[in-house]
Amino acid sequence: MSDDVVTPEGGPPPAGGEGNGWRKEYWRKNLRLMVVLLIVWFAVSFGCGIIFVEQLNQVVIAGFPLGFWFAQQGSIYTFIVLILVYAVRMDRLDREYGVHERNHDGGLT
Amino acid sequence: MSETQVWALVFVALSFGVYIYIAWRSRVRETKGFFVAEQNVPAVANGAAVAADWMSAASFISMAGLIAFLGSDGSIYLMGWTGGYVLLALLLAPYLRKWGKFTVPEFVGDRFSETVRSVAAVVAIIVSFTYVVGQMAGGGIVFARFLEIPQAGGVAIAAAVIFTYAVFGGMKGITWTQVAQYTVLIVAYLIPAWAVANTMTGIPIPQVSFGQILAELNELQAEFGLDQYTQAFTARPQIDVFLVTMALMIGTAGLPHVIIRFYTTKSVRGSRWSALWALVFIALLYTTAPAVGAFTKFNLLDGVQGQAVDALPQWVQNWQATGLVSVSETSETVNSVTNNAAVFAAGDADLLVNNDILVLASPEIAGLPAPIVGLVAAGGLAAAMSTAAGLLLVISSSVSHDLYFRYVDHHASEARRLGVSRIAMGLAVLVAIYFGINPPAFVAQVVAFAFGLAASTFFPILVLGVFWKRANATGAVSGMIAGLAFTATYMIYTLEVFGTSANPHILGISPEGIGTIGAVVNLVVTVVVSLATRPPSEEVQEMVEQIRYPSEREETHA
Repeated sequence: MSDDVVTPEGGPPPAGGEGNGWRKEYWRKNLRLMVVLLIVWFAVSFGCGIIFVEQLNQVVIAGFPLGFWFAQQGSIYTFIVLILVYAVRMDRLDREYGVHERNHDGGLT
Repeated sequence: MSETQVWALVFVALSFGVYIYIAWRSRVRETKGFFVAEQNVPAVANGAAVAADWMSAASFISMAGLIAFLGSDGSIYLMGWTGGYVLLALLLAPYLRKWGKFTVPEFVGDRFSETVRSVAAVVAIIVSFTYVVGQMAGGGIVFARFLEIPQAGGVAIAAAVIFTYAVFGGMKGITWTQVAQYTVLIVAYLIPAWAVANTMTGIPIPQVSFGQILAELNELQAEFGLDQYTQAFTARPQIDVFLVTMALMIGTAGLPHVIIRFYTTKSVRGSRWSALWALVFIALLYTTAPAVGAFTKFNLLDGVQGQAVDALPQWVQNWQATGLVSVSETSETVNSVTNNAAVFAAGDADLLVNNDILVLASPEIAGLPAPIVGLVAAGGLAAAMSTAAGLLLVISSSVSHDLYFRYVDHHASEARRLGVSRIAMGLAVLVAIYFGINPPAFVAQVVAFAFGLAASTFFPILVLGVFWKRANATGAVSGMIAGLAFTATYMIYTLEVFGTSANPHILGISPEGIGTIGAVVNLVVTVVVSLATRPPSEEVQEMVEQIRYPSEREETHA
């Protein structure tokens, strides 16, 4: 999805007179993180669990054919890790660009 | 009354008491409390509420049974009903929370146009009703089995309790009861699973230990003339497994009752972490379910194999009364098992087992004590009721907030709005009772169609609405209608509904999987029509810009 529509003028006052360049940068970093995580999401669930399941089933670990394990267990664990990485990285990104919320909520803290 | 019934009654009564108490504690006086729980729910609690909202009667009661009979292809439900949370967390939840109003149709109204809002409200009502039917019917099954109350009476009792907390507490009451219901349902699911795993393998962690029995289960299946349990694509062709999994994932991320659960967090950050907690809580059940499926299938086959029909285990007799297990009258020993009523009726199987009972009966099949069996009853009801309540809230808010006040009563006061929302909720409960007593088909299947509809209508336009400023109202309406029409047409074409005959699947694509293609149709139509028409106004583009940043930039930032 392209996002090259020009941002309209007259948005909220930019901080510290730096212009709105930070917005593009923040958004680009967010999109990059998102795309990487979604590639992993697809590769593990649809790749290991469906497309290559029969090949992976040739390997058996602790009683589980590997493809079967990805389809019924491994993909779910991967999903959790993906959201964890997203939440942690976005917290860091928000702070880096000063757009984090000041009413501390969420997470482990 | 048998010992199990006494225990079931104790646990059900106790849990209902807790729900009513919570309802009393969290009654609301404002629409902000009624629709979004005052946007004041901590991330962990919200995660538990999402999990309970999400895990339906189908997850709790039917899923392990479905997996047991589907074998490897049961993964469509396991991946499909969890993978959507990645999409939800990355693509929708934080942005819709930042936007910060009451309903999903309201968001598309602000982002696109009032027409889109009305279409979305109607679709939200249809999808939620499709879904709530399964919940009500599921609750009825639990009552019928454990308390020997007729299904109709069971549905009415469950609905009366939901009515109490949903009408008085709205989203706030629903949220906190869902937290309690999650606790009940997960305990009820895990204890029998641990016990079964421990009895069968000596390792009480079902996720790890069910690997130990897979080889033996494959052999046992072969003796019954069934496919290998771990063999992929025995139940559905590969392309259909792919499409159904995708449809369930994007349907999950597009279901209004799931999305609005992320409106209730305190912050954008809270909505991200709440998605993580939700998936952790859901995964506890979803990684256990395939183990329960495998263990129970093993016990089932092992217990009845070659047995004379009058020497079958006690649980068979117990469940025959409910009609969920049937033994063929012409058979003398059991050598074949099916979950397909048509196969059984044709005399091709000695034993018919309904998917729904594998979880309900698993403690009995494994010979666990009566209190645990009773606990499962309370868990099944918690799963059904928590999801039903979330759906009823969507129906009530769509009817009142998105339709009634806009078309009929423009200048309603706050008090009047709350009153009308409560009446809408009450009416929705009554309609749900009717459909719960007269359910169209069996639980998990009904739910699967709601996903196809959500996938092909909401998900594409919500994602485009957030990530593509150029998407406009004409595009969104066209896309939504095209996706819905395409998906619904194929479902009606391949299923026996509304008196139409069922036609064969095209290219092996089942009606459950068609939502994926419907979503692509929606996406393409929205993009093409948007590009052919005028871009949205600057105000709308500015709104899209604003929801991308959790808060205003800190002035002091270097």
